[in-house]
Amino acid sequence: MAADMRRSVQRGVVYLVLVLAAGFFLLPLVAMVFTSLKTMPEITGGAGFETATILSPPRLWSFEAWGLAWSSACIAVACEGLRGYFWNSILLVVFAVSISVALGAVNGYVLSKWRFRGDSIIFGMLLFGCFIPFQIVLIPMARLLGLLDLAGTLGGLVLVHVCYGIPFTTLFFRNFYVTVPDELIAAGRMDGAGFWQIFTIILVPISWPIFVVAIIWQFTNVWNDFLFGASFAGPDTRPLMVALNNLVNTSTGTKAYNVDMAGAMIAALPTMLVYIVGGRYFLRGLTSGAVKG
Amino acid sequence: MRFFKARLPQLTLLPSLVLVAVSVYGFIALTFVISLTRSRMLPRFDRWEGFDNYARVWSHPRWEVAVENFAIFGLLYIGGTLVIGLGLAILLDQKIRAEGALRTIYLYPMALSFIVTGVAWQWLMSPDLGLQHAFRTWGWESFSFDWITQSEMAIYCVVIAGAWQASGFVMALFLAALRGINTEIISAARMDGASGPAIYWHIIIPALRPAFLTAIVVQGHLSIKSYDLVVALTRGGPGFATELPSTFMYEFTFSRNEMAMGAASAVMMLVLLTVLIVPYLYSELRHGR
Amino acid sequence: MTKYLTRGVGALLSMTALSAPALADEVEVMHWWTSGGEAAAIAVLQEDLQARGTGWVDMAIAGGGGDAAMTALRARVVAGNPPTAAQMLGMTVRDWADEGFLGNLNAVAEAEGWNDVVPPAVQAFGTHDGEWVAAPVNIHRPHWVWANAGIFEELGLSMPTTWDEFFAAADAIEAAGHVGVAMGGQAWQEATIWEAIVLSVSPALYEAAIINADMDALGSEGIVESFEIFRRVLGYADPGYAGRDWNLATAMVINGEAGMQIMGDWAKGEVINAGLTPGEQVLCAVVPGTDGAFLFNTDFFAMFDVGEDAQAAQRNMASAAMSVSFQETFNLAKGSIPARTDVPSANFDVCGQTSMADLVEATEAGTLFGSLAHGHGQPASVQAAYLDVVTQFANSDMTPEAAAEALVASVGGAL
Repeated sequence: MAADMRRSVQRGVVYLVLVLAAGFFLLPLVAMVFTSLKTMPEITGGAGFETATILSPPRLWSFEAWGLAWSSACIAVACEGLRGYFWNSILLVVFAVSISVALGAVNGYVLSKWRFRGDSIIFGMLLFGCFIPFQIVLIPMARLLGLLDLAGTLGGLVLVHVCYGIPFTTLFFRNFYVTVPDELIAAGRMDGAGFWQIFTIILVPISWPIFVVAIIWQFTNVWNDFLFGASFAGPDTRPLMVALNNLVNTSTGTKAYNVDMAGAMIAALPTMLVYIVGGRYFLRGLTSGAVKG
Repeated sequence: MRFFKARLPQLTLLPSLVLVAVSVYGFIALTFVISLTRSRMLPRFDRWEGFDNYARVWSHPRWEVAVENFAIFGLLYIGGTLVIGLGLAILLDQKIRAEGALRTIYLYPMALSFIVTGVAWQWLMSPDLGLQHAFRTWGWESFSFDWITQSEMAIYCVVIAGAWQASGFVMALFLAALRGINTEIISAARMDGASGPAIYWHIIIPALRPAFLTAIVVQGHLSIKSYDLVVALTRGGPGFATELPSTFMYEFTFSRNEMAMGAASAVMMLVLLTVLIVPYLYSELRHGR
Repeated sequence: MTKYLTRGVGALLSMTALSAPALADEVEVMHWWTSGGEAAAIAVLQEDLQARGTGWVDMAIAGGGGDAAMTALRARVVAGNPPTAAQMLGMTVRDWADEGFLGNLNAVAEAEGWNDVVPPAVQAFGTHDGEWVAAPVNIHRPHWVWANAGIFEELGLSMPTTWDEFFAAADAIEAAGHVGVAMGGQAWQEATIWEAIVLSVSPALYEAAIINADMDALGSEGIVESFEIFRRVLGYADPGYAGRDWNLATAMVINGEAGMQIMGDWAKGEVINAGLTPGEQVLCAVVPGTDGAFLFNTDFFAMFDVGEDAQAAQRNMASAAMSVSFQETFNLAKGSIPARTDVPSANFDVCGQTSMADLVEATEAGTLFGSLAHGHGQPASVQAAYLDVVTQFANSDMTPEAAAEALVASVGGAL
């Protein structure tokens, strides 16, 4: 009995800690969601709302701010909300993620299964690219894009994200493929499969956990980028984060906090969705490669 | 043709190598060169100053604050995320109901940029609007949380928001590693009468070494690169009390038209990174052998 | 979705082509006016241009009081792909003109007589080697005291004209349970107050210590005195001011939480937004001791050196931005006064009319200076050296003497 008691107290404590931690992690999200659903007087504590705080649930629920942020909030001269920029970001992500993940997969394959003299040095040099602070590449990259006639184009922005994504995707795939037995490759060769066939027929089908990891990682990074988007995109290709920044960062005028928060939530939904849906596979992908010793 | 075929694997690496050689190493070299010039608003290569800019950076009061803050922030951020991440991972590994939901809650901050959450964080930390105001309205009159307004304490607010964002990722790393541990060793130890904490201390945590390494390196480089975090939360203030090397670099390069000094500070950040990263790369490469 | 994908594939396929440079009949404009009255004012300019047959491609980037936009602008110029026009403050116009990236607007300027209607101090920033390179759209005055009329009436106060009166009023306001002075907590806001104090010590000190960065003046008694007054002003702020945006501080004055705020005339926008009239529910007066002098900052549209075929549209834009009607509409929305001195003052409020009259007076008296806190006193690197010390002083218990010393060291190191 006593042991049972102790056990259930222990379990209780474990759950308590986990739930408290969850509360901490949810704080900003709760504040954002609540604020986005409030009306302005309730947010600023106007008449009748003196006891309202950032963490109190809305008393007057209003979805108006979401509609405004999506399709009619004014950003500079255009009053079209975030809608148009959403598709710009999706396009950017589709190209930037698929290219960087594909290159990373091939790199990882070569660096783990087609070893050659100096391969680990090459891998090491690629890896160092993970760590470069993006602010220092801004001006040289601008010059390079200018020389390549890619300034202000979607292609240019994709190229930038591919450059700084390759180190990460290569790391993920290489660490994953190292754990795949070499016998599998040898057997493929015995059957006469070539370089590309071994990759596409044998490796790609078993690589989905690490594809998930690489895609989630790249998707998040590219989607959330502001610096490159603000500096290298043209007027028609500017990504969502630049627009969100323009919506939220206002220097004058009464801030429509509910619209700001709704806009932020809209901008965050795709990446949150990816994490919620892909989270389980993310963990599995990490288990199967990225952190193996 | 035969040459091409035999070299096919290496050739497939070529595009990535070229991209990285230019966009990483080429630009680092260029940054170093700029740090030796008298570039102000734009890069200029007509006047050379040797290492003067490095001396100017080191004698600047803002850099002093940045370095000091980096030591505080780096240690607490890396240490904090490791402790929180490992703690949560161990607790989650106790066959918890609703593990999936909890895991998602811990992990979701990784999905968000500080452009998205910055305003919410500013509010939460602000004594007039945030937690302090909320708790006082709810009747806890003496509750106080106003670190963000105090020069000596504001950097800890940056640590809190940073830990909020990255702890979940560290948790995932450790949870993945815990799930990968051979369970037979653990049951054997249990048979021998080892207690729960002893098993963790002597068997499980040592087995997490690779995860520790990955986590330390990932968090270490994030702590050096942290920029959005500070800008969203404090814009470096109060005064410049929350300046970090990354904000120093951006500020000097772009706001103050001291590009050469900005480049010099960037080079020093890179040196710091190299010191941190190269041992990791070395071990990464060795284990691949 | 399919539509966007095809468009994207198309865009990617054609990615070897340079991003469509502004067509002959449109202007691409980089700016950071994304909200409120400023955005509305920009929209007026866009409509004006449309009526002249010139299209508008918007490249707004908000954040950091223009910092984000200026960073992106540098990337654009380095890539060889500058916008047609970019919003800039005076010193930045000078920097870009020095680098030789700006075009020549003399054709428009001469035809429309800009030289006769723009005050010489503003012209000094809008021209480079005698050539017009940027169109000034407004004149802001950063040294105002804003006060809640209700509180002042209740306590029987009038707008202070000396620092003694100012502190007496602040004491009375505090005694009545309000915050004495609403403060915002960013370096530029602290510097806005400090530079006004320096000007109040004497316009000659402002000229010597700030415009000329004279080391003797910087270490002088006057500067020590300015920091002493600044310390007293800071004493009336509430403890939670660090990091606060200026418009939230203005809101404190509007809703009676605080009695006064020292802030530029852009604060009027907040007052108007709240449905009040500047000069009535929210009182305005220049910072004590600064009447007769005038600090200014001006927003310019700097015109980049673009190809022959884009110049017609660019000239159209310069002409539209300098038109009397646009300058009136824009400045009514923004709280500033027109950069042209020939715009009728009738539609402006009391505070605006005061500014317009004082501008003429200060121009004649030689007490019209560029504002340090707002990019018209010193180049960016030197300006930052001043702001470093001012913000450090405001956020620590540094003594006024130590601050003056630090200022000499900091500015001396940056020159």
